Amino acid sequence: MQYAILCYHDENVVCAWTKEQDAAVMAKLSVVHEKVARQGKLGPVARLLPTTAATTLRKDREPPIVIDGPFAETKEQLLGFYIVDAENLDEVLAVARELAEANPGGAYEIRPVGTFKDGKQAP
Amino acid sequence: MTDTRWINAVLTSARPRVVAALLRHFRDLDMAEEACQEACLRALRLWPTQGPPRDAAAWLIMVGRNAAIDATRRQRRLQPLPEEDAISDLSDSETPTIERLDASDYRDDILRLLFVCCHPELPATQQIALALRIVSGLSVAQIARAFLVTDAAMEQRITRAKRRIGGANVPFEAPGAVQRSERIAAVAGVLYLLFNEGYTNDVAEQGARAVLCEEAIRLGRLLLHLFPVEPEIMALLALLLLQHARADARFDDDGNTVLLPNQDRSRWNSSLIAEGLALVDKAFRHRRPGPYQVQAAIAALHARAARAEDTDWAQIALLYGALEQMQPSPVVTLNRAVAVSKAEGPEAALAMIEPLAGQLDGYFYFHGARGAFLLELERMQEAKVAFDRAIALANTPAEAAHIRLQLDKLAGAARAGGKKKVPEKNS
Repeated sequence: MQYAILCYHDENVVCAWTKEQDAAVMAKLSVVHEKVARQGKLGPVARLLPTTAATTLRKDREPPIVIDGPFAETKEQLLGFYIVDAENLDEVLAVARELAEANPGGAYEIRPVGTFKDGKQAP
Repeated sequence: MTDTRWINAVLTSARPRVVAALLRHFRDLDMAEEACQEACLRALRLWPTQGPPRDAAAWLIMVGRNAAIDATRRQRRLQPLPEEDAISDLSDSETPTIERLDASDYRDDILRLLFVCCHPELPATQQIALALRIVSGLSVAQIARAFLVTDAAMEQRITRAKRRIGGANVPFEAPGAVQRSERIAAVAGVLYLLFNEGYTNDVAEQGARAVLCEEAIRLGRLLLHLFPVEPEIMALLALLLLQHARADARFDDDGNTVLLPNQDRSRWNSSLIAEGLALVDKAFRHRRPGPYQVQAAIAALHARAARAEDTDWAQIALLYGALEQMQPSPVVTLNRAVAVSKAEGPEAALAMIEPLAGQLDGYFYFHGARGAFLLELERMQEAKVAFDRAIALANTPAEAAHIRLQLDKLAGAARAGGKKKVPEKNS
């Protein structure tokens, strides 16, 4: 079963990391990434740019309107995500715990994936 | 990361909001700064055992405010107090701070703080130093190092700036629309200056000064968070990001400046470029052009070119033309001429800059560019005169070295006896 691990953190704090702190966190995370990847269980991984670079298309009206900034003003923002293959919730929680140890603060939301297309094949 | 380092990042990110709110309460920069300092010390003591509060900024504001009021009461016997009306909100200190931190207050608080530090009555160097000290919370020693002056000199500069601001009387009511946009423009101008202070041409200074560029970007993000629909703020941040993306490619292993066309573009920071390009796109969607947008668009065209020879010089020349109309200046015309020389050839470019000779006679880049145009036109004798003049005006060893290279090329071309040679261009 595939799970998405959605990474939430206060981006102001993450942006306040020094370059060295950022690199240290990324290095620790990549140890976990490699471990999961060696088991063939790591899907796409993405780190998102700050929400100041975000644009939102509100489609609850016709015509939809374009808004500068993220969809929701929240204390913690969606800053990235992982897709991992896991047998069950316990297994994906174990991965998330390891990631959390490498990158404390904020939260991981774990969401089972319904449909996944890697975009490489025709639909 | 150890706990303390994690806490430091939280404190750094909360600082502008905390000092801004405390400034509104106490209406005194020193008091606000000390209260923030005290709150941070308590956080470092308490958070490792108690864990961080859910809203760090609200906690720090509350603790800072109470600590400052306590301290004032303790000192009551020792020294005269500030006037009662200088300390606002004493009566309602029971109201949870968080209630009064609604979004618009918060926005105006931080803008006020930035504006106080960037007050147009202060000289630019004091504006920048004050913003770094108060808003970013850098130590005096850190700022002094970045400006290549002694700690004592920097301390004095900051003290002087604070004294001047004390008399400048910035109103504490919520600003009107016109006032707000004036403040935004003043703050944007200082962020741009701050970045340029850090954008040194001397590799020996780069380590100490990089912090200025990084702070300018951090404050730019903060400003854009506050005013997310201002295309000029998007563009300012984009401009800073796109220029900073080239930082690692600007010097070779020997510490010599590498000019844009010769830079190893694989060393450009692709994530900063992606962010910058996204912001340029967002800004243009508003169809309200401005000078930062034009400059960001020029930086974006450089960033989008995979190789130097892929650069869209015709478009860049047009953009400089637009900038010339918005902000006429001989330096902008000079830059347009450089773009024109690539797009249309050196003859048109040379004609454009000849009228500037009087105004830019003391300007290194003018003579450097003029020499390059003349070299390309194979007017060797005149090119040599221009380069000689440029080398005399060079501000850094790197600039001088670059011109020396051009002179060597000239000498080489002379020895080769007029054999056709494609000269490298200076931009």
